[in-house]
Amino acid sequence: MSEKIKFTIDGKECFAEPGQNILDAATDNGVYIPALCHMRGIKPAGSCRLCNVKIAGRLMTACTTPVEHGMDIENDIPEIQGLRLAIIEMLFVEGNHFCPACEKSGNCELQALAYRYQMMVPRFPYEFPVKEIDASSPKLIIDRNRCILCKRCIRSFTDENGKNIFAFKKRGHKLQINIDAKLSANLSDEMAQKAMDICPVGAIIRKEKGFDQPIGTRKYDKVPIGSDIKSVI
Amino acid sequence: MSKPIVATTSLAGCFGCHMSLLDIDERILKLIELVEFNKSPIDDIKKFTKQCDIGLIEGGCCNSENVHVLKDFRKHCKILISFGECALMGGLPALRNGIPIKECLDEAYLNGPTVVNSNPDKILPNDDEIPMMLDKVYPCHEIVKIDYYLPGCPPRADLIWEALVALITGNELKLPYEVVKFD
Ligand code: SF4
Ligand code: SF4
Ligand code: FES
Repeated sequence: MSEKIKFTIDGKECFAEPGQNILDAATDNGVYIPALCHMRGIKPAGSCRLCNVKIAGRLMTACTTPVEHGMDIENDIPEIQGLRLAIIEMLFVEGNHFCPACEKSGNCELQALAYRYQMMVPRFPYEFPVKEIDASSPKLIIDRNRCILCKRCIRSFTDENGKNIFAFKKRGHKLQINIDAKLSANLSDEMAQKAMDICPVGAIIRKEKGFDQPIGTRKYDKVPIGSDIKSVI
Repeated sequence: MSKPIVATTSLAGCFGCHMSLLDIDERILKLIELVEFNKSPIDDIKKFTKQCDIGLIEGGCCNSENVHVLKDFRKHCKILISFGECALMGGLPALRNGIPIKECLDEAYLNGPTVVNSNPDKILPNDDEIPMMLDKVYPCHEIVKIDYYLPGCPPRADLIWEALVALITGNELKLPYEVVKFD
């Protein structure tokens, strides 16, 4: 077995595998660092910046930074928690998030983060941007009103033949997620469900499948996001 | 000390938040011991008869009347609380925010399937008595200063109750995870 790397998070002694990123290592040590764009097992993108931590006075994204020997990481401190809340609030005003009418409500990671951070209302003015919905695929609806451009779908989803069915189009504030309608038509129901589950928000929705879980039984109705994290070291 | 005075209103909302307020069940008896109601659909007092301590606002602002009532509440209430998604962010009425107002009116009065042949003179409502529609639906805090926010569609009865009691008694507000929800 290779030598474990010793480091601390908020003073707690932790251990990591060589080359492991801070976010995955924290999870293994039972420490919650919030994340939206990262999924374990795929190459980190560092795009949402929710996983910001402080190392030697500098802000670094935990998902893209490998753990080093003797690192002292600050995570649960008011400054960083405040920044994270501000990012969550920005994501809410930047899109059109009508949670009461969203199929993902209760299972949505963005909403769950807002609950965990007790966001009552975003401090920023609502943008109400005009975004298009693409319902042309027979299996999936793409609702760009809710897309947070995390690229999880692009980075981690391929169809049964290993082909990408999601891609970005346009640039800057016009950047949008697109679906290959032809390829997506051949997806099995399980694969369509997998695509929906990869999306942290309600931007990829299975057709004819909305609102099938009663309120009170959904993933984040009773327990905050991150409560399932336990040390495996 | 006299009882705190509470006023409530529903602007561009569906009255669901008021229903949720009634959903505090028998605690309503305690509530009327704790507070006195002034302008509110609950007691049907139409106009403010005195200065109030707490104003509860359901619904956002979709027309000139909503703005007028909201400003009147700001003037008459020491503390204003936005309750419910519509007051907080426009809610379902704000689904029209991406559509130009002219298109909305045309669809509702000229081209919609239920009106297309029934308005031959092509009349759009335009009377001084009828409130003007705003260009979009506004969250209340983008019109006046709001002091507190209670999210939910509707906000859970327990959330409304706990918040009101904390405000009236001055006790610390402890919110269990389950009561702050956006749907
Ligand atoms: S994607 Fe999440 S935050 Fe956005 S409307 Fe749906 S439940 Fe709410
Ligand atoms: S569709 Fe979902 S997974 Fe894909 S970029 Fe948008 S939010 Fe991320
Ligand atoms: S999870 Fe690290 S930047 Fe998004």
